[in-house]
Amino acid sequence: MDSMTLIAIASIVTAGLTIALGSIGPALGEGRAVATALSSLAQQPDAATTITRTLFVGLAMIESIAIYCFVVSMILIFANPFWNHVIAGAAGK
Amino acid sequence: MHLSPDGIIFWQHGFLKLNATIAFTWGLMIVLAVGSKLVTRRLSSDLEHSRWQNLLEIVVTAINGQIAEVGLRTPAKYLGFLGTLFLFVAMASLFTIVPGYEPPTGSLSTTAALAICVFVAVPLYGIADRGLGGYLRAYLKPTVIMLPFNVISELSRTLALAVRLFGNMMSGTMILAILLTITPFLFPIAMSVLGLLTGMVQAYIFFILATVYIAAATRTRKTTPEAKVETKSEAKAEPERKD
Repeated sequence: MDSMTLIAIASIVTAGLTIALGSIGPALGEGRAVATALSSLAQQPDAATTITRTLFVGLAMIESIAIYCFVVSMILIFANPFWNHVIAGAAGK
Repeated sequence: MHLSPDGIIFWQHGFLKLNATIAFTWGLMIVLAVGSKLVTRRLSSDLEHSRWQNLLEIVVTAINGQIAEVGLRTPAKYLGFLGTLFLFVAMASLFTIVPGYEPPTGSLSTTAALAICVFVAVPLYGIADRGLGGYLRAYLKPTVIMLPFNVISELSRTLALAVRLFGNMMSGTMILAILLTITPFLFPIAMSVLGLLTGMVQAYIFFILATVYIAAATRTRKTTPEAKVETKSEAKAEPERKD
């Protein structure tokens, strides 16, 4: 297996694994956050705006982790420097 | 399929490029500036005013209220910077309705620029409020050992601001592009609505995070919980006294 094939296989597999594994943690965390927010809303409905705002800020922070994994996955598929280097080498030949 | 509007280049000369990101950013700026100028030409403070003035008043009052809720004492001082952040990112996402438009915040350059603005603004507001010594002393706050961690957290939250906004905008446009090649018209419209919603939420997140960072940098001894309770009860007592 030459290096070009190896780089292609590694990039594709890693891109899939990155987004698959990287979405598990944030999803679980967001579920817990929303569940806790709902129970505290049920306990104190008059603090609804504060709770909702804090919930959204917290969700955005948790979501960022999934976004980082997504960005890495996109880089591996569309802007992969190793693949570009190898392709440039093959085209030069 | 391109990652960001940076790929669409209209004109190039050497290393100077006019790409879609710059064009859309300037278009947004012109729309915001000219629109506001047109609306605020005839401001009226009685009960009769135009719908657009009403809309702008609602937006500005809401932003002001949010800044005050986070704990900044004089929201008007920060309204210009923070309000512009929110309006720019929100409008950038809202204009996806227009066909052929791609949000300039889908390019890492734009979001990095916005994050660098916040990174520069936080020390500026902090020093303006507490003086250079007071601001620098805050880095030693829990203990002196925390100094490298505080510095690293400053840098990493700037990076997080940039990548969060970029990732959300870019993923929205990319999913839309991929779906359009598979199932035209109906499902992409649903995803486009979802993209609008996340755009608004991300604009609010960017704005509220910048506000929280500035509040953390400008917090003086006066904004302790006792002082906050005092000012709130003062504020409640004032209208009663007037009546």
